[in-house]
Amino acid sequence: MSGHVAPKSMYYAVFAALIVGTALTVMVAFIDLGAMNNVLMLGIACTKALLVILFFMHVRWSTRLTWLVVASGFFWLLILFGITMTDYLTRGWVPGTWR
Amino acid sequence: MAIQPAGHAHAPHHPWLQHHFDNMEQQAEASTLGMWVFLVTEIMFFGGLFMAYLVYRHQSPTGFQEASHHLNVYWGTANTAILIISSLTMALAVRAAQTSQPARTQVIWLLSTIFFGLCFLGIKAIEYTDKFRDHIVPGPYFQWEGLYPKPAEQFYSLYFAMTGLHALHMIIGIGIMSVIAFMASRKTFDSEYYTPVEVAGLYWHFVDIVWIYLFPLLYLIGRHYHAG
Repeated sequence: MSGHVAPKSMYYAVFAALIVGTALTVMVAFIDLGAMNNVLMLGIACTKALLVILFFMHVRWSTRLTWLVVASGFFWLLILFGITMTDYLTRGWVPGTWR
Repeated sequence: MAIQPAGHAHAPHHPWLQHHFDNMEQQAEASTLGMWVFLVTEIMFFGGLFMAYLVYRHQSPTGFQEASHHLNVYWGTANTAILIISSLTMALAVRAAQTSQPARTQVIWLLSTIFFGLCFLGIKAIEYTDKFRDHIVPGPYFQWEGLYPKPAEQFYSLYFAMTGLHALHMIIGIGIMSVIAFMASRKTFDSEYYTPVEVAGLYWHFVDIVWIYLFPLLYLIGRHYHAG
């Protein structure tokens, strides 16, 4: 059997990026940037998650079927968030309908 | 025609190849895909809690900031780093099996992963103890000094549900790693067959990813909050 063997240096590089990402998130959290705090925080978290998925979980070298399954998982998560928030974010738009 | 006995009355093959697969590649591919399908259900499982977090935080953003302010950012950051280290040792354990390194090397990486997993849970236990001592565990004895007691109780309900479910996954992961480490010590894995290490690694990394989101959403949203 022959899965793709990535060099050790790649794993250390990804690890370093994850630690730097963590340090950045903590630093950014102490500065008040208003709504940008959430954007940066989640942006860094998504980048870190992507690094773990692509390199540590070997999705970068996986088949298209695996890509599809992984992407569909996050797609369904976005449907969950998206459709639920269309309810909560629009409550009160029509007078007298709150709760 | 003689009836074939259920067994190995046919061409030789790798001892770990199941009969319903053509070859080791196909078997590995099927296992990996199966694990990913399970992880997709896990995404939705945790997703429900993230959804609840989003709704309640949207209803009381300031209350959540005040509640988050009481979490210990040092323990949170330390645990994030520990979990990332454990993911690295996990990835190196998979690589060790994949490149036919000696059983000893594989076991060392797997035991390191278990060790860092236990460190994480130890810190979590310290944090939980602090919360019980300070009466910020939701329920009849919940006490909140701040301006937003109700959202704070909601925040800590979510905190315990999410970190608790995550910790349960860590405990299960440590159990899985113990089995994998035992198998590795019996010289089970080499470049021909390392699927169990790979698949267990997928689970471990997934649990790491959940924490990557939990950490900023729980610990960091209240860092610049000032009461009043």
